[in-house]
Amino acid sequence: MQHEQIAPSDLSAPSDLSAPATGQTAHQAAAQPEPVTLPLTRAAGCPFDPPAELAELREQQPLRPMRYPDGHVGWLATGHAVTRAIAADPRFSSRYELLRLPLPGGPPGPLPPAQIGDLTGIDAPEHTRYRRLLAGKFTVRRMRLLTERVEQITADHLDAMERQGPVVDLVQAFAHPVPALMICELLGVPQSDRAGFQEHAAVLSSPDAGLEAQMAALTALTECVGELVPAKRAHPTDDLLSDLTTSELTDEELAGIGGFLLAAGLDTTANMLGLGTFALLSHPEQAAALRADPGLADQAVEELLRYLSIAHTGVRAALEDVELDGQLIKAGDTVTVSVSAANRDPLKFPDPDTLDLQRKATGHLAFGHGAHQCLGQQLARVEMRVAFPALFRRFPTLRLAVPPEDVPLRDAMNIHGVYQLPVTWDKE
Amino acid sequence: MHLSIDRDRCIGAGMCALTAPEVFDQDAEDGLVVLRTAAPPPGLHAGARLAAGLCPAAALTVTEQDGAGSSPPGEQ
Ligand code: SF4
Repeated sequence: MQHEQIAPSDLSAPSDLSAPATGQTAHQAAAQPEPVTLPLTRAAGCPFDPPAELAELREQQPLRPMRYPDGHVGWLATGHAVTRAIAADPRFSSRYELLRLPLPGGPPGPLPPAQIGDLTGIDAPEHTRYRRLLAGKFTVRRMRLLTERVEQITADHLDAMERQGPVVDLVQAFAHPVPALMICELLGVPQSDRAGFQEHAAVLSSPDAGLEAQMAALTALTECVGELVPAKRAHPTDDLLSDLTTSELTDEELAGIGGFLLAAGLDTTANMLGLGTFALLSHPEQAAALRADPGLADQAVEELLRYLSIAHTGVRAALEDVELDGQLIKAGDTVTVSVSAANRDPLKFPDPDTLDLQRKATGHLAFGHGAHQCLGQQLARVEMRVAFPALFRRFPTLRLAVPPEDVPLRDAMNIHGVYQLPVTWDKE
Repeated sequence: MHLSIDRDRCIGAGMCALTAPEVFDQDAEDGLVVLRTAAPPPGLHAGARLAAGLCPAAALTVTEQDGAGSSPPGEQ
């Protein structure tokens, strides 16, 4: 999932026919503004806010020309309505080989095509086929059945944290291992293999690993899953991989899909838990509200998803000329959607830069929109709905053990988060 | 209010079952939307409309009683 840096996914990037503003005439703007480059730098001291320039761009023109690092001139969407419209519109493709990378560090020209099983970088009908085989495994109902197991894993890790600290690194002790264990159990990765899997996964989320190392890690992850497949076929156990061996999928497809799901499951919710805890610790009144009212958990999770938008950027390519928002997008143009800017659009969310757990954040695009909307979103919800309240109830005095500016941010990554979060609390 | 679903468009994301569980469910096998009722009582109308607006695949259609209905409605 090296490409997650651009199109974070099925597990995340963004779409819709019903969105407004599509009916205006093209070229209504007299003079087309100069292409901008994608703003990437978050303001110092604002680890949760998207780069400030994005808000200005959204205010001026929610869909505007953008110059890509390889020189391509395509588009940048920053408004909620237009982002949603693009993500839902099948005239925009997700195929990697049609896309230019909006972030520096990519190849000149389009990307290599998606590896087998990587749902993020393909279109219908291939995408639909995979999605249909997988959707039934990630339903609301099935994921809710995992609640008890998530509670148990969460409690185990909180116990361990209590024994170990204070001070502990919340990422190492909690944010990373809880979702990792869940996805491994769900897929059916045996205990003995988990360390190896996590090593490869660590490369995927490392700041220093280049695109090549990340591709190699994804391949390695896929090979590890590939080695499990024959055993699952011979002796099916009660897990997703065994389940899928009875489908029409080939061994190669199974390995690819397994690697894709693992990579996605290891590096998404973990970042929400880490960055989300940082955000709550930085807004103590919000943390207090969550602690006081466990019933707030469901909507708190949606608001944290909106506010943090960790999969901040998505990419599509126009398959034909598309008129949108008074602009003419030409066939072949790459369109970058800023999910983080869309989720801070004041036209959709009043007072968007305030973290307010009481708000109804439904309609956020943190899991994307359209056919690629996150496959694992219901699992992520269950994990977060359990983990955040449990953490804050177990450690009522939880606080940062370092000044906030010393928390290392995953600034350069396609998925935002923190590398470490040293926390402390009062021992009883 | 009358509801209809398009299982060809549905991608099984479950936004509907999450938002209005009294109205929508997901098939246990393929994860696609299942209508629990095509004519929900008034108390469930708001939830059904919201779910239709949230559906990422525009697979849910709401027709209001007077026939002036739309598909899919804008979010909330
Ligand atoms: S929200 Fe839409 S795509 Fe998702 S399960 Fe319901 S009908 Fe299908």
